[in-house]
Amino acid sequence: MPSTREIRRRIRSVRNLAQITRAMEMVSASKMRRAQRNVLATRPYADRLRDVMSSLMAGTSGSHKGTLLEVRAEVKNVALILITPDRGLAGSLVANILRRTARFVIDEKAKGRNVKVLAIGKKGRDFLNRSGQDLLAEVTKLGDYPKLADILGVSTNVIKGFLDGDFDEAYIVYSQFVNTLVQRPAVRRILPVEADESAPASASSNFNYEPDEDVVLKDLLPRFAEVQIYQALLEAIASEHSARMVAMRNATDNAKDLRRELSLTYNKTRQANITKEVSEIASGAAALADS
Amino acid sequence: MPLHLEIVTAERLVLSDDVDQVNAPTKDGRVGILPRHMPLITVLTEGELSIIKNGVRTEFAVFGGFMIVLPDRVTILADSCDRSDEIDLDRAEEARQRAEERIAQRKSDQDMIQAEAELRRAMMQIRIAQTKRNNS
Repeated sequence: MPSTREIRRRIRSVRNLAQITRAMEMVSASKMRRAQRNVLATRPYADRLRDVMSSLMAGTSGSHKGTLLEVRAEVKNVALILITPDRGLAGSLVANILRRTARFVIDEKAKGRNVKVLAIGKKGRDFLNRSGQDLLAEVTKLGDYPKLADILGVSTNVIKGFLDGDFDEAYIVYSQFVNTLVQRPAVRRILPVEADESAPASASSNFNYEPDEDVVLKDLLPRFAEVQIYQALLEAIASEHSARMVAMRNATDNAKDLRRELSLTYNKTRQANITKEVSEIASGAAALADS
Repeated sequence: MPLHLEIVTAERLVLSDDVDQVNAPTKDGRVGILPRHMPLITVLTEGELSIIKNGVRTEFAVFGGFMIVLPDRVTILADSCDRSDEIDLDRAEEARQRAEERIAQRKSDQDMIQAEAELRRAMMQIRIAQTKRNNS
């Protein structure tokens, strides 16, 4: 049985741990709220962009060859943007997303396609390096509130690669924010851009375009792909913080349980020691009385 | 008839207000939009965007994007847009220096693209903040 001093020390360290995890939980909670607000803040931009695109698509017809809309008959090379957090301590979030990534890569390779990966976030980059995948580019330390400009390097890379024929399709893997308790790893295709053919009736196609439709479309499509990547990144960040918040809450609860158990052991040990001492004294006194 | 103007970037809603006139830098030159303009979609470049409301002019530094004009509504989807009096000149200057250093280092293509964009943006912010200061 451990000594009372040892148990006391353990109680103290568990208590300190609980304080830290509690603090981390609160930090994550406030970061999560802000991240969620940021996700919502991009919606209007993305929605308007989609409106313009569908009204443009209704107006133009025919071949999309050489644009980001081009659907290639034969898909040989695939780009994958992997969005992960920079830091761990977020429960199973990172493991889930990496498992999904591994499955995607295996599936694509089974179809005879090459997969090249661009990593946003340290966890994903480390995983790719460990498993010896083709890492095309990496971006880390974007912080908790990235700007659209922060992903420009990655998006330009992918868009250029697509137009140059280095890839025929581009996907993005990230953790989708369902709610505070549920984050789901999701794979989405971003290139070729999926045109929303169900153009809203309000988006009348009798716009004038300046300089002309092709130029507008050519400017618009990369923007659209960028915003999709940006939105995925923001959702991934919201997921990260909520996963961490939940993980830290569990850690705090576990620490409390542990402390309760340790206190019980401590008291039992203390009681046992006292009993032992009393009986020793009593037996000592009895021995003296006998002599 | 007022013109309802909305300026949105990917990060935030910059402005949503009724205005009298919008002057925007497009790829083909500056255009002025008054109420009852014909429907138009145009590509913006970097430059100064100004709005006039009740005779008061407000400037914005806009950096690329699109403008969608309807007779009673203008929507600007900007890559970046800051009101001139919100621009922090010191910070813009700092950003300019940082971007120049990064360009000088020539780390990677990706880095260069980003640094160049940041440099252009910072320089434009400085320009607009300065003209605004001189005028007032």
